[in-house]
Amino acid sequence: MDPYVLKTLNEERRARRAAVLVTDLGDGRDRVVREGDHVAGDLGAAIARAFRTGNSASVEAEGRTFFLNAHLPRPRLVVIGAVHISQALAPMARIAGYPVEIIDPRTAFATPERFPDVALHAEWPQDVLQREPLDSYTALAAVTHDPKIDDLALKAALDARCFYVGALGSRKTHAKRVERLLALGASADQIARIHAPIGLDIGAASPAEIAVAVLAQTIHAFRSRGLESKGAAA
Amino acid sequence: MDESIYLDEARDPLIIAEGWMKDGKDVAIATVVETWGSAPRPVGSHLVIDAEGNFHGSVSGGCVEGAVVTEAIDVIGSGKARMLEFGVADETAWQVGLSCGGRIKVYVERLG
Repeated sequence: MDPYVLKTLNEERRARRAAVLVTDLGDGRDRVVREGDHVAGDLGAAIARAFRTGNSASVEAEGRTFFLNAHLPRPRLVVIGAVHISQALAPMARIAGYPVEIIDPRTAFATPERFPDVALHAEWPQDVLQREPLDSYTALAAVTHDPKIDDLALKAALDARCFYVGALGSRKTHAKRVERLLALGASADQIARIHAPIGLDIGAASPAEIAVAVLAQTIHAFRSRGLESKGAAA
Repeated sequence: MDESIYLDEARDPLIIAEGWMKDGKDVAIATVVETWGSAPRPVGSHLVIDAEGNFHGSVSGGCVEGAVVTEAIDVIGSGKARMLEFGVADETAWQVGLSCGGRIKVYVERLG
């Protein structure tokens, strides 16, 4: 392995950016491909698949054998609001492989008794997000119903290109939210990325069912990420 | 369940390999590039080895690491990468095997 390649790969991994290490198993030459880099042909298709699935594999392309080692940051879910839905969502998401952090400045809601074994911040989202910035391998679900708490976090999620942004509330509530986000400087294209009403339409009624709908939508967003932006660019 | 969203720098084989390199050590990197049947470690797993035989990481959960380390020291010396294949002990030419019945292919290369 080329020392510079190793250094580059580790830099990407430390920064929570996805990278695929491509090694030609015939001559040992290797290189780092970043998400969004253009690679042509069968090899490019295999690299795109590695980014999407996170699976590493040996592939035949251009008459050679390549090993693709996919290094994807671990996806995570940040939930704004220590509410009923979050109590169900946190353990379910963790089991599905998405570690959860919950942020809610209302200390009556954000208590360890209500949220055992969860990373919990009884602080304003903007304070926590300054310390632990959002990124494109983070999903954000805003479920407090309170613009004072949700809005800045939603704006931050759009700016950080979170792979999923969802916001609880009816269409009417969301229409008002859109006005506020525009006033905060978000673009219409950015705002269109928000899933609202939140969650896949499975007819969820209880808080736990809404949590299932949110988790399913998060997983779908993660596994189809990249496809959406290519469609938008076409 | 490992739930950290950040790299565990103290245990991550590729971070350790980079550190060894900076310390001026000769290093080999072994990578699981294919598995068949029940393999203990997934494709993409790493074992990193220095010229003294120190190692970090895992390619098989302990079954074949000894053999990989021996090969890796040769690879550090020659600079020529090798492809190793391990299967059930009595079906292969190798002295060691995977008791789980799986087969793995491990690519061993020198760093630099």
